[in-house]
Amino acid sequence: MPFGTGENSSIEKQSEVRELGDWKDEVEEIVFPGKISVPYSWTVGSTLSKWYAQIRDDAEIWANKCAECGMVFVPPKIKCINCYRDMNEWVKLPGTGTVETFTVVSYYEPKIHPRKPPFVYAVIKMDGADTGLVHFIGGVKPEKVKVGMRVEPVFEKERQGNILDIRHFRPIA
Amino acid sequence: MGTRVGIIGVGQTHHASKRLDCSGVELIAEAVTRALDDAELSIDDIDAFIIGNMDHFENINYVDMWATDGLGSFMKPVLKVTTGGTTGTTVAASAFYHVASGLFDVVMGVGWEKNSESDTQAAITTCSNPILERDAFAGAIGPLASEYSMYMKTYGATEEDAAIVAARDRNNALLNPYAHNRMKVTVQDVMNSPMLSYPIKLLDMCPRSDGSCAVIFASERAAKKLCPRPAWVHASVVRQDYTHFGDLEWEYMPTLERASAEAYKIAGITKPFREIDVAELYLPSSVTGVKWMDSLWLCERGGAPKLIRSGATHLDGEFPVNPSGGVIATNPIGATALIRVGEAAWQIMGRAVGRQIPNAKKALATGFGGCSWSSVMILGADLP
Repeated sequence: MPFGTGENSSIEKQSEVRELGDWKDEVEEIVFPGKISVPYSWTVGSTLSKWYAQIRDDAEIWANKCAECGMVFVPPKIKCINCYRDMNEWVKLPGTGTVETFTVVSYYEPKIHPRKPPFVYAVIKMDGADTGLVHFIGGVKPEKVKVGMRVEPVFEKERQGNILDIRHFRPIA
Repeated sequence: MGTRVGIIGVGQTHHASKRLDCSGVELIAEAVTRALDDAELSIDDIDAFIIGNMDHFENINYVDMWATDGLGSFMKPVLKVTTGGTTGTTVAASAFYHVASGLFDVVMGVGWEKNSESDTQAAITTCSNPILERDAFAGAIGPLASEYSMYMKTYGATEEDAAIVAARDRNNALLNPYAHNRMKVTVQDVMNSPMLSYPIKLLDMCPRSDGSCAVIFASERAAKKLCPRPAWVHASVVRQDYTHFGDLEWEYMPTLERASAEAYKIAGITKPFREIDVAELYLPSSVTGVKWMDSLWLCERGGAPKLIRSGATHLDGEFPVNPSGGVIATNPIGATALIRVGEAAWQIMGRAVGRQIPNAKKALATGFGGCSWSSVMILGADLP
């Protein structure tokens, strides 16, 4: 039932009964801006805290290995994704790897992108591990990046214990 | 196996980049009202509601309370689900489970998003693991672009193959009065559009939309009484695999491969390309419209470029994909996957006005959420 057509409506008694669509055409569209911006902080957990501390303190990338299926994971896992086993065996990786796939980001999202475009995101299959690591490719023009390219990590001098302690991976000369 | 379930009504909003005439709740009311009209039911006929959106996109929590007067759910059971891009198919699957269980007779699934109310790219990025991947692999486009880089390298697919898919879906959207982006484009237009993240260009990528969709599920007994031609649910299968981006298989889509294989088995389908009449696929970018054809068992791995180039997936082809224009035309995220189910149901019910595939008897609908969840629903004109 359209608004304003109820028995007790005074509008109905007037000569012009307004249908739903009519009043909607004339509504001013009001928009409220939000004010709340919620700050978060995340507990890294034992497994990844150990991993990040090794990157920060020793500039070394480690993986962990499932004692049951033998799969080697980097970044390390809390439990093996296949066996759900505890992961107590740590393996130091050489740090080198191969570009499995990549994209050249050309659009600019200053709030979310940690680099100005153009920059390269890649999945890097790490030597000595069975999984890939996602990171930037740098030290090379984006158009020169290729699937299969051999790369090595470049560490920041001042390291904070996060993923950006690795500045990027660069081609092995 | 539970009670057999049929879809008996579908409603959706006119989707747009900004619906300033509607609050989120009014958007929901528009879809709910249209679904009730489509099914010729009143709100009293609905026993329960399954609803879904990505609540952090609008920063309204407790949407299950906030949405009440739009839903018409006052004093009825409401269950809310939120699973990223698959939210809409999770709504559909949950509504199906509710009815199939025998506990509810008529259940309405509702999905919506008012993407214009926030920064969608930033909100999507909060889906990524903050400790490992938010900095080093941010945004919705990068992972999809990386997937296709690898597929191109492995199988010789091209940027033009993706552009064929983009032009197909965008031109189909011209036939759909509800679609958000309705533009006539050529393959060359897509190729000439600005590069976002190699190899994905602007016209290869989905927009963000304001919109809502509602789909009514009913038990066999109720469906037969209420609807002349229900779209029966033949299968509903979900697979999820995410641990870290770097662990994923990038040459094919494992969750879609496994989910669709299981769904075909349940539905008794052995040759999906021949047996399915129409597909509404959640393709967030045209590049997935190439690569994921393999993972739906429509061709051998690496066969998708040839399949796409053959025109078989066009409206007049043997396996028409996305008569509605799909996700790259319309993307209200919490509703997007439910629109796939609703459009597939309308195809079976013969109500896909302007985009109807003649005599559609079996339809495939999918949902995708990053990274990389897949839902598959198969609908049919005949009782399963």
